[in-house]
Amino acid sequence: MRVLRSYATLVFLFLYAPIAVIVVFSFSAGHSASDFHGFSLQWYATAAGNRFVKDALVHSLIIAAASSALATVVGTAAALGLPRIRGPFRVVFDALTYVAIMVPGIVIGIATLIALVTAFEVLNPTLAALWPGDPAASPQLHMGLGSVILAHSVFATALVIMLVRARLLGMDRSLLEASSDLYATPWGTFRQVTLPMILPAVIAGFLLSFTFSLDDYVVASFVAGPTVTLPIYIFASVRRGVTPEINAIGTVVLSVSLLLLFGSLLLLRRGQRAGAATSKA
Amino acid sequence: MGARKRDWPAILLVAPAAAVFLALLVLPMIVVLVLSLGDRAEAGGYQAALTLAQYANLPARWTAFKNTLVMAPTGTLICLVIAYPLAYFLALRANPRTKLLLLILVIAPFWTSTLIRIYAWIFILGGKGIPALLANLGFDDIRLINTPFAVMVGIVYAYLPLMVFPIYVGLEKLDKRLLEASADLYATPVGSFLQVTLPLSAPGVVTGCMLVFILLMGEYLIPALLGGGKVFFVGNALVDLFLQSRNWPFGAACAVALVAIMLVTVTLYMRVTLKSGTMRDQSLI
Repeated sequence: MRVLRSYATLVFLFLYAPIAVIVVFSFSAGHSASDFHGFSLQWYATAAGNRFVKDALVHSLIIAAASSALATVVGTAAALGLPRIRGPFRVVFDALTYVAIMVPGIVIGIATLIALVTAFEVLNPTLAALWPGDPAASPQLHMGLGSVILAHSVFATALVIMLVRARLLGMDRSLLEASSDLYATPWGTFRQVTLPMILPAVIAGFLLSFTFSLDDYVVASFVAGPTVTLPIYIFASVRRGVTPEINAIGTVVLSVSLLLLFGSLLLLRRGQRAGAATSKA
Repeated sequence: MGARKRDWPAILLVAPAAAVFLALLVLPMIVVLVLSLGDRAEAGGYQAALTLAQYANLPARWTAFKNTLVMAPTGTLICLVIAYPLAYFLALRANPRTKLLLLILVIAPFWTSTLIRIYAWIFILGGKGIPALLANLGFDDIRLINTPFAVMVGIVYAYLPLMVFPIYVGLEKLDKRLLEASADLYATPVGSFLQVTLPLSAPGVVTGCMLVFILLMGEYLIPALLGGGKVFFVGNALVDLFLQSRNWPFGAACAVALVAIMLVTVTLYMRVTLKSGTMRDQSLI
């Protein structure tokens, strides 16, 4: 018992010490990232004043917001429709949901890259041919924010489907029957019964998708083209060497993603408890 | 509802997601497959062909496959050995009031900025980290960063949370009365553990191992940052083939080979877990 407890403490130390190192050294005044030279916020100021960091952050936020919004709408709709669909389509769809979650980012990145390049090779000449003015001036599709948004929405959609479906399974079906017995329209039942029940899972799905997107380097590195996201910026800087500025950026990124994560876990918990309470009553 | 009547509202609800999966998952995979059967164009692009030449060339990247096929199972095993006692403690021995918080603390790192957390190890294992401390103790010239050891530390650090969770879920669901019964029948604690707890936690162990193994097979970041170009996985070879040397058909063949290995593993995994029927309540968070 005591042995297990100290063992657990050691593992927690292993999990959190590296994070603590980053946070502590982000407040170092020195130039070298490896020796602590007194407390200072200078590296936060440097990072905040860095134009590349700012651009990369804006790109990452746009991608995260767009891909998780897309995934939340599409995924929630699918989760609501799925229980009413049976047969081979349903089997294939469920399998694809698992595949989307399980396939490593590197495979998603490569597949999306190749597919988009192939699609652009077909679409861009068509666009040029259809363009009323000078064909050379016609709009051309290229890698950028849009392609990263699409690539991120695959995993995120599957994630939202899983979370919302789990929530729907925990829901008391008699409430739906009661609502229609009381002459509520299907839309009324959805708005007043189903939506409030699944909302925590929907928001949690959005937040987790957002966290995933904000964190992703591998998929983005394949499909971002010339666009630099925050993880791409961090990866490039890290390869050039350890700097205190990256420690400061890392501390901010860690805090934000921890906040998002705890927010979504709290929502999932609350959803579970509400579900338990209603099914008891 | 009539058996033959189509439920159009439900179909419309599912259609957008099906379109996302079709356009961004199924079709891209098919394109990769087609590409892997093609030839490399002079300029480094794709030339239509129907040949297995790219697959015949796979041994050229043998080191990457060998590293992956050795380090992914090893990493999975080390994760399991470290995770099991922790999951056991959290599920059966920790204070019931704090155990949920502790579990969340274990899982949280998995969802938070992998890049930054791996970067932290460059810091710790790099020249001025642990090696400098060891030098003070008289152990000079110890290199940790850019070694297989560093990559393994990164792997265990990054994937431990993913291993703990399914094992915890399995142990948590375990009927405590079975343990009492076992003790009442004069089983020693070790006997109870070996004959009751361990077999009943097996599905959680299988799930955890498969999750970690599959993700490790596609790992790129950890070898890239902690292996310093000396320890590389198939993932690193893929990045090189697609983004640097631009040999797409060969890269596609490597990707297909990697996915094929994963699919075989997943199939075996499905067989084991579906037989024991414990997959239902497992999720990634």
